[in-house]
Amino acid sequence: MRLEPIANPSLARTLAPPALALTATVVIASLLAMLAGANPFSVLGLILKGAFGSKFAVLETLNRATPLIFTGLAIAVAFRARLWNIGAEAQLYAGALVVAVLGAGILDWPAILLLPTMAILAMIAGAILLLIPALLKVRLGVDEVVTTLLINFIFLLFVSMLLEGVLKDPMGMGWPKSPRLIPEARLPRIVQGLRLHWGFGLALIAALIVWVISARTTLGYEMRAVGLNRNAAEFAGIPVGRVLIKTALLSGGLAALAGFSEVAGLKGNLTLDLSPGFGYTGIIVAMLALLNPLGVIAAALFVAGIFVGADSMSRAVGVPTYLADIMLATALLLMVVAILLTRFRVIRE
Amino acid sequence: MPDDTEAQVVLRLDRITKTFGALTANDSVSLTLQKGEVIALLGENGAGKTTLMNILFGQYTADSGRVEVMGAALPPGNPRAALEAGVGMVHQHFTLAENMTVLENVTLGTHSLCALGLDRAAAHARLAQLAGDFGLSVDPDARVGALTVGERQRVEILKALYRDARILILDEPTAVLTPQETTDLFDTLRKAVALGLSIIFISHKLHEVMTISDRVVILRHGKVVHEGATSGTDRRDLADRMVGGRVTVPKAAPGIPGAPLLSLRDVSTPDRGNAPGLKALNLTLSAGQITGLAGVSGNGQAALADLVGGMIRPAVGALALNDAEVLHWTPRAAIHAGIARIPEDRHKTGTIADFDLSENAILETYRDAPFSRHGWMNWRAARDFAARIITSYDVRCPGPATRIRLLSGGNMQKLILGRVMEGAPQIILANQPVRGLDIGAVNYVHSQLLAARDRGAAVLLISEDLDEIMALSDVIHVISEGRLSPPFARGTMSPADLGVWMTGEGYDEGAAHAS
Repeated sequence: MRLEPIANPSLARTLAPPALALTATVVIASLLAMLAGANPFSVLGLILKGAFGSKFAVLETLNRATPLIFTGLAIAVAFRARLWNIGAEAQLYAGALVVAVLGAGILDWPAILLLPTMAILAMIAGAILLLIPALLKVRLGVDEVVTTLLINFIFLLFVSMLLEGVLKDPMGMGWPKSPRLIPEARLPRIVQGLRLHWGFGLALIAALIVWVISARTTLGYEMRAVGLNRNAAEFAGIPVGRVLIKTALLSGGLAALAGFSEVAGLKGNLTLDLSPGFGYTGIIVAMLALLNPLGVIAAALFVAGIFVGADSMSRAVGVPTYLADIMLATALLLMVVAILLTRFRVIRE
Repeated sequence: MPDDTEAQVVLRLDRITKTFGALTANDSVSLTLQKGEVIALLGENGAGKTTLMNILFGQYTADSGRVEVMGAALPPGNPRAALEAGVGMVHQHFTLAENMTVLENVTLGTHSLCALGLDRAAAHARLAQLAGDFGLSVDPDARVGALTVGERQRVEILKALYRDARILILDEPTAVLTPQETTDLFDTLRKAVALGLSIIFISHKLHEVMTISDRVVILRHGKVVHEGATSGTDRRDLADRMVGGRVTVPKAAPGIPGAPLLSLRDVSTPDRGNAPGLKALNLTLSAGQITGLAGVSGNGQAALADLVGGMIRPAVGALALNDAEVLHWTPRAAIHAGIARIPEDRHKTGTIADFDLSENAILETYRDAPFSRHGWMNWRAARDFAARIITSYDVRCPGPATRIRLLSGGNMQKLILGRVMEGAPQIILANQPVRGLDIGAVNYVHSQLLAARDRGAAVLLISEDLDEIMALSDVIHVISEGRLSPPFARGTMSPADLGVWMTGEGYDEGAAHAS
């Protein structure tokens, strides 16, 4: 068997493989559910119901999708320019840390001032965290995959140290968590009475802004050029190093907004289990979205839906919630193959 | 001879058809190769030569049709079977392991992995025997990384011969050779034919086709449009059949030299890996003049092109524009100084394959009005600009929104040409501007360069094709090991004279003259 490039793929050719990939994911998940001793149809039904079956379920899914949209955008922006940011997890915690420090009463400002200030400072913190690996890459050629990945561990240990030390809530019964935010530092709900905060709205706006930057500004043009062909970009006089630095600032800032939104919107304080790997799951989200900023929204909803639905399904029939991880991994792998099949034809001998 | 018996047919391609989507690369192509015959395979870029050879060698599978070697059908899509049947291919880009010796490269893959070691003495003897028979002198124990391009090609040919190839396919073998090396290659090919081998020779250079081939097969749009004895035709006739119309050779009347626009004074740049940097080089590009730079690939042309194009700065010496030394030198500075840069590799450096024509058209000017203002792109202006280039430079494509990877090399080059020529540049750096293009596109590019010269631009033409250099240049320099020959006026040097400089002789005297 060999692969042969297709010069001009048709619309059916571009849409069918990804659709098939999702179908195959569902089939494989059903088989696994059967292995676990449950009726596959009821398992899938329960996942769907758990994710989108009620108002509560939908809001839960949207809440879960919010940080994934931010980290997905952060990854998509960086990967588009071929800046391999694996450090969204640390950048998320950098943003969360800023909010936990400033929002707990140090700044006694009204919400209208406090929230934007915290958001901007959070973004700056995340940006700086990615600026270091980006500078090392541009100036010295240090591989950013290694540096950003390792910074995750360093930064999480740093946050842990703060939560056990100066940031520890005196009223926290000894748990490593930061003091609760003052009410002015909390993101309001979108609709009174419903458990959905403005972080989700901010995520949608962020996706729109990133899309506009990518499609309509010179920076977006430069970022795409650098990502698609660094050689040609350099030859054409595009300042490749500077573009990579700007990309890093934007990417780090977006990832930090996930932390801002989780602490100020959902949790109200900083703990070490703030993120169950949103920074890494953001990579899956971005890849499923083919690095398209608007696609990130859909991909994040899909991923969040599987997580939330699997949780609820697991409670109902006792199939382990690991099924969600398997479904995501399968979806990602099949999607990679599917994308290959939109561009190549398999020749069988 | 073709009129002999069937038994002497060593290779038969029978009605090979191959399509890629809507494109028919090969349309029922049939071809026979006799024992001891040299066929020249001619055709424009995109005519289907490479596809046909890839099918023959088993890298592609034909949609229909069959390949027969020595009367036996070849299983499709199996390069190993092709090798075992005696088909040897010498690619344009060599496939050698640089850190291994000649002997190791030649024997690589010929002995089973299970065999403990290799009978070096026997392999050595066999290699020496082959080298002697075919006139391919090369040291079996030399590391390939240390060999010249010509020597590496000999290793490639030896590799095929060592595997008992009876049919040799050579894909543009002379593109990287000096005239002397080309002569040597042709001697080798004649010896091979005398020993009963058969050869398919792919080339763009018509005089070589006339020299070496017995029969010419011309492909156009995937079809065989001409097949006949070489002796019954001439260069002009072949060129016409290739493009399907009369070829217009641009008349290069001598230019009228004006003021020096760009000069390099005692410029040196560091070596880059195997490629030498520039060595105390002096060069002046004058208005209204085409300066040709001849030389064997990898002798400092890349460094010189990078220097003029703003990619690198002189490590020693100075670069001056209009007699004023330039200190800040980047690609952007070069573009703003009015230098039109046609890069050597249009795929890797000239264009971004997944960008459409509009996005590629503004690659160098996207930051200027009207393409962007205050950081916002104006895509309408970019589309209009691309559409203008498409019309004025005859870029054949469905429209500005086409991804450039779908264009042929010639059309890609026309877009690049349009992109850099639209601003009526004063200095033009044309690095291998017609490499791999078909004759129609070659003439087009050349006429554009001549027109630019006639309106007073200074052109630096870098090419490995001596014919091109001699046809267009008002002044010729030869570069070897990063050193530049003195300027030779049009018509004062023969190809053989320039060939001597290309091999690196004469430079010490040149330096003495300059100092």
